[in-house]
This record gives sequence, C-alpha cells and structure tokens, in this order.
Amino acid sequence: MSQAHIRAAMSGQPNCGKSTMFNAITGGSARVGNYPGITVDRLEGTYRKNGYDIKLVDLPGTYSLTSYSMEEVVARNVIVDEHPDVVINMVDATALERSLYLAVQFMEIGAPLVLGLNMMDEVKRSGVTIDIKRLSQLLNVPVVACTARLGQGREELMAEVVQLAKDTKGLWTPIRLSYGPDLDPILERMTKRIEEEQFMTGRHDPRWVAIKYLEGDELVIEAGRAAGPLSAELEAVCAEAEQTTRANSNTTPDAIIADWRYGFINGLLKQGVVTGGDELRRNISDNIDRVVTHKLLGPLIMAGVLWAMFYVTFTLGAYPQGWIEDGFTWLSGLGTAYIPEGYVQSLIVSGILGGVGAVIGFTPLILIMFAMLVFLEDLGYMARVAYMMDKVMRIFGLHGMSVMPLIMSGGIPGGCAVPGVMCARTLRSPRERLATILTAPFMVCGAKTTAYLMLVAAFFPASPTGAMFAVVIAAWVFVLLVSRLLRSTVVKGESTPFVMEIPPYRLPTLRGVAVHTLERVWQYVKKAGTVILAVSIVMWAVMTFPELPEDTVASFDARRFIAEEQVRTANPQATGEDLDTLVSEAQKPITDEQNEAALQYSVGGRVGSFLKPVTDLAGFPWQANIALIGAFAAKEVFVSTMATAYSMGEVDPEDATSLSDRLAADPAWSLPAILSVFVFMLLYTPCMVTVVAIAKESNWKWALFSVGGSMAFAFVMAVTVYHTTRLFV
Amino acid sequence: MSEPICLRQLPVNTQAVIHSVAAAGELGRRIRDMGIVPGTTVQVVGRAPLYDPVALRLRDFTLTLRNSEADHILVIRQD
Repeated sequence: MSQAHIRAAMSGQPNCGKSTMFNAITGGSARVGNYPGITVDRLEGTYRKNGYDIKLVDLPGTYSLTSYSMEEVVARNVIVDEHPDVVINMVDATALERSLYLAVQFMEIGAPLVLGLNMMDEVKRSGVTIDIKRLSQLLNVPVVACTARLGQGREELMAEVVQLAKDTKGLWTPIRLSYGPDLDPILERMTKRIEEEQFMTGRHDPRWVAIKYLEGDELVIEAGRAAGPLSAELEAVCAEAEQTTRANSNTTPDAIIADWRYGFINGLLKQGVVTGGDELRRNISDNIDRVVTHKLLGPLIMAGVLWAMFYVTFTLGAYPQGWIEDGFTWLSGLGTAYIPEGYVQSLIVSGILGGVGAVIGFTPLILIMFAMLVFLEDLGYMARVAYMMDKVMRIFGLHGMSVMPLIMSGGIPGGCAVPGVMCARTLRSPRERLATILTAPFMVCGAKTTAYLMLVAAFFPASPTGAMFAVVIAAWVFVLLVSRLLRSTVVKGESTPFVMEIPPYRLPTLRGVAVHTLERVWQYVKKAGTVILAVSIVMWAVMTFPELPEDTVASFDARRFIAEEQVRTANPQATGEDLDTLVSEAQKPITDEQNEAALQYSVGGRVGSFLKPVTDLAGFPWQANIALIGAFAAKEVFVSTMATAYSMGEVDPEDATSLSDRLAADPAWSLPAILSVFVFMLLYTPCMVTVVAIAKESNWKWALFSVGGSMAFAFVMAVTVYHTTRLFV
Repeated sequence: MSEPICLRQLPVNTQAVIHSVAAAGELGRRIRDMGIVPGTTVQVVGRAPLYDPVALRLRDFTLTLRNSEADHILVIRQD
C-alpha cells in the first residue's frame, strides 16, 4: 500500500503546551536530534493514520520570529528552508491575542497553517467563550479546540493537517496585512523592486523580504547584502521610511509594524470571536502569587522549597540506594567466588563492579531530584524564581534566567552541568550567557554530589544534611562572585532585556514529568555505562600496572610467612579456624602496606607522587590526587577511584566496611585537608563532557579558558583554605 | 485625560493605557512582541521582593520587566 507523505512542523510560543501535544501526537516515536552547527534540539516524530504518514518536526518555542535569538532563527529557517507542507501552530487560548502574534507572522511567510487552540478547559472555566468557527473564518485558517494534557483535539488536529495538505498541495499564499498609510506605499514600492530584480525570491516571498528590511532584521539584511546591489537601495528606502514615521508619529517602522499586527489581531477578536471575561482579570495564579512572590514570604517559601527538595531526596533516596549497593556487593561476591583469581577477577570486581556500582548507586537520588525539578519547571514555579532572583542575579552580572541553568547544573545538588550549560541557550544576551556557562560547572552536579555524599558521610556523619547544605551555599557564593569577576573583566558589557512571561500555575501531567525525568536519568545511566565504564577500566589499569617487582613481592611474602610463624609459636594450642583468624589478623597490616606500595608503584601512583610537591601545598592525601585526576573524565570517577584506591587487593569479600568508613579511619584526612579537597572538588576543571558542551555552546577558546581558569582558581582557593584552616586547628 | 507618566512610577494595582514605547532595537522589539503597544491596557500586579522587576497584567497574561526597561514605556493612568 502506498502512503501519502506529509511534512508538518509544530510551532508555538513558550508555555503553550506544544510539547505535550507533540508527545500526544507522536507517541513514543519522537527522536531527538540536532540542528547542524548549533545545539538547539531537533525533535522529530511520526503520526500514521488512514494511509497518511505525517512526519512532524517540533520547532523551538518562540514568541516571535525575529532574529534576536537562536531559537527564533531556527524556527524561521525550518519554515523557510524545509518548506513544510503544513505548520501546526499551538496557541495558548487563555492568552489568545498575544499567541496569535506568532501565528500572524507564519501567515505573513505564507505557510499553510492549522491553529490548535490549547487550554480550552481553562478558557471554559474562566467563563470566556471563543467562537472557533468565527475565528477560523476571519483568519481563513482551520482552527481546532484542544486540551493537550488530556489528549483532546489530537485526532481532529491531524485530520485538518491532512485536509489542508490536500487542499494547498504545497502552494503557499502569504497574507497581505496593512501596516498603515505611512508604510503601505513604501512596502509596495520595495516589493515591486524586489520582484523586478528577483531579489532573494528563490527563498522568500518578496513582500516578506520588504517587511523584514523595514523591521531591520539583521540576518535578512546581511543575506541581502550578499545577494546583490538592490540591498543598498532597499536600505536607503528604509532610512527614508524611518524619517517619515519619525516625523509623523515619532516612532520607528518596526514599532509601527508590531502595532498594526496587534491591531489586526485585536480587531479580529472583537468581531465576536471572544466574549465574556476581562483581559485584566485576576486568576487563581495571581492570587497564589500574592503569597508565593510576596516580599517576605516569597524568599522564605523559595528557601523552604529548596530545603524540602534536599530532604526528600536524601531521606527517601537512601532506601533504593542501599538496595542497589547491596546488589553490587552481592555481584562482587559472586565475581570473587566464581572467577578465578587473577587479572580478570581484579578487573571485574575492583575495576568495573566497584566503579560502575558506586555511580549507579546514586541513580535513585538523581531520579528523585530530577522528578521534583521537572515538576517545579512544568508547574511554572521556576519562572517565579527567575522573577524573584533577577535583581540579585543582575548585581553579579547575570540574568534572572541564569537561575535555571545554574539550578540545572546543580544549584540544587543532583543536576548536571551538561544540560545546565545547554539550557543557558534561553539567555538572549551573549555576555550573560557566557558568564553563566563558565560558572555553572562550579555547581554541585549529580556526579559531585556522589563524591560529596561519600566524603560527608565519612567526615561529617553527625550532620550530613547541614554539611551538604554548606557545600551548596559555597557553590552559589563562588558562582556569583566569579560571575561578577568575569563580567567586569573578560566578558564586560551591558545587560540584556529581562522581558519575560510569568505563566499561570499549571499542574504538570504525571506523564510529562515521567518522560522528562526518565530522559535525563537515562542520560546519566548511559554516561555510567560508557564513559565511566571506560574510565573505570583505564583507572584500574593505571593503578594496577606496572606491578611491584618480584623481589619486593617476595619480601612481603617472607614477612607474612614470618608473621604466621610467630603466631603459631605464640599460640601453640590454637588450631583450625581460630588459627586462621589469628594469622590473617597478624598479616593484615603487611598486606595493606603491600597494597599501598603497589598503588604507589603503579602509573597512577607515580603521577600522584610527581604532583605531590605541588598538591602538598593544598594538603591533599595522595589517594585524592589520583582520584581528582581521574575525575576530569567524569566527576563520578572520583568515588570509584577512591573505592579502587582504598579496596584494591582486598581479599575478604565479606568485608562490609564501606568506603566512607575507610576514609574516616585514614589519619591523612585532617580537617584542613578535608576542607581543601572539598573546595578543590567544587571549583576545578569541569568534566570532559562539560568542556565539550561549553565548546559547543561558545567556542573552544572559552572551553580552554574554562579548563585552565578553573584549575588555577581552584588550586589557589584550595591552598588558601588549607592554610587558613590550619591556623585554627 | 492626565499626562503620560513613566511605567516605573505606576503603583501596584493601578491601571494604565500604554502611551508610547521609546525603546529601540532588541529591547523595543521584545517589549512590542509581548503586546506592549500604544493603546494597550495594563495593570501593575506586583513587584518582586526587591522591588524590581515589576509584574504587569495585559492581554490575559502576566509579563515581567525590569524597572530600567519600564523606564522606556510611557503610560496614561486610568483612575
């Protein structure tokens, strides 16, 4: 059976429920990809019904189609370059007027449009009636009422897509809006010249090009200058137009165009489309916000929410974490029992199970943390946080929207700098974005959380929550201060517009939260299965080879033999098991000494000792040296390397002493050394993956700056902390 | 009809009609894209705990602006 193929694009403003509808339509078929050269995610999915095969691409959410942000450029380019058969525009029907502003711009380009009026349940509840039929007639566009969170309107929407694709057959007809007596004649003139010269008409509608010139769209004008000499003529006309509009109404052409677009929408809605309601009415969200963003209560509630997230994560997450650790202990036991002693056993038990197990053990914590974060995001609380925090963030040269990438990176522990750095894309200012990207890796990401949890359990067993809280506060302080420093030195410049919508509170759907959470947790587990597995093996090899020379091993064997003989002579009556216990007790210090000697003899140990004169300034124990080197690959490796460093050659699989206990028992970890490692861990070079992400989001120059700068800064801070604390201890 | 005043000076819970938007470039574009064009009725619904940014209600949704951005917007108070 042959299928008819339709290519459709899904568009909409932020918070319009576009993703929910996209998921409802494509089911589990969606695949994440990338637009070439940039890092905006490209989501694609398919919908099949009645012999139609509809390929759907999800455009980034934008309010408009200017060229000020990467998202807007992407959305526009997909429409212009890929020329989809149909564009679905999801619309927040509770804010119809503003939402149609984007729809009108799609109609100006000429794309065949299907409007999905989302949130119709909320509209009904607020006592407003929208005459769908009338709206459809006036716009001359099919309109479908939807409630995406319930999946309502999905089939009808897709039926309209099929119908529209059949009707238009790929033919685009841009609408001709009037932009008033000042601009219309000028537009007419420009359009005519563009048509005559066939100026960029292969890609764009002539009148649309003229509008973009009048709007001063940098990308179109730049492309125009490359396309031909007509550009200079058009720019001259634009300058003339600006003189006219300045003289007549003291404003610029782009302002007039926006006015007339809104005028068109407003006039249309007044023709009986929307009845009832009051556009300034207070809704439930406004009432909630009177408390949630209250002068005093707001910040208190925010602190409370953050604290609650901690509490829930660490208390609730402890149970599954324990089960997973038990599972890995059991697996290690199996490995020791069934794999013959030697390199393979050592590799699997110490290297792989020890390394990966330590990381996987933290998955439940990250799952719980992510679920709460996604919930707060979808609820709309994060926008309130940005609103409340902007004034503070601005002091440090950041933006209210920086809060989000910072939180994602681990401003609430459990995040990850990779999505954090990537989500800094929502920042329109290149400078604030750069400062955010460069400092976000200081935050306590999930990987560092694992390291800190282990260290905190070892050294501050009495108040783990308090210690973790202190680490997080320290992270924020460093991020803000360093941002300020960067914004007044290497990334100087003015701040950018804040202009932001505060969406109404909307209870997220269980499915939405689950899908997003699992996606992120899966990324983490994948990292554990690939990078960390590889690094665990490499680290194991680095710490195993070269082995101690035979004569050294022989001397340890001899000492063990002597110890055994001494035990036998001292306890002539002891036999069987009792004797074995006594012997192994006597031999243990010798074995430990041998293990330590072996590790120091290995490549890892040698690098560690080589760096020791330097790291001694910061008081690091030598195991931390190796672990911190390994952690550049992925911060989780810190825990697994420490585990390897402290358990390598362990003969007794029944020994349940956890890594934390072993650390606590090691006298090398004095309080100054502990604090020094804590600070260094927080600030030093981001992991490999983050460095790559930084390079992708900015360029390699900044990525290398991040590597070198963080390392130097972290070392200076660690040395300072070490020596300052030593004065008091 | 009263004289246009700066949006920053508009107290919480008062209504006003946009008189003009003086901002140009990106800021002007962002402000207009969100529906702040002459003739629009707005109401200040709140201010952040540190008095800045300001939250506005217009066209059935809530928008926030920094005070420094509100300085570019002139409004006519409706009492």
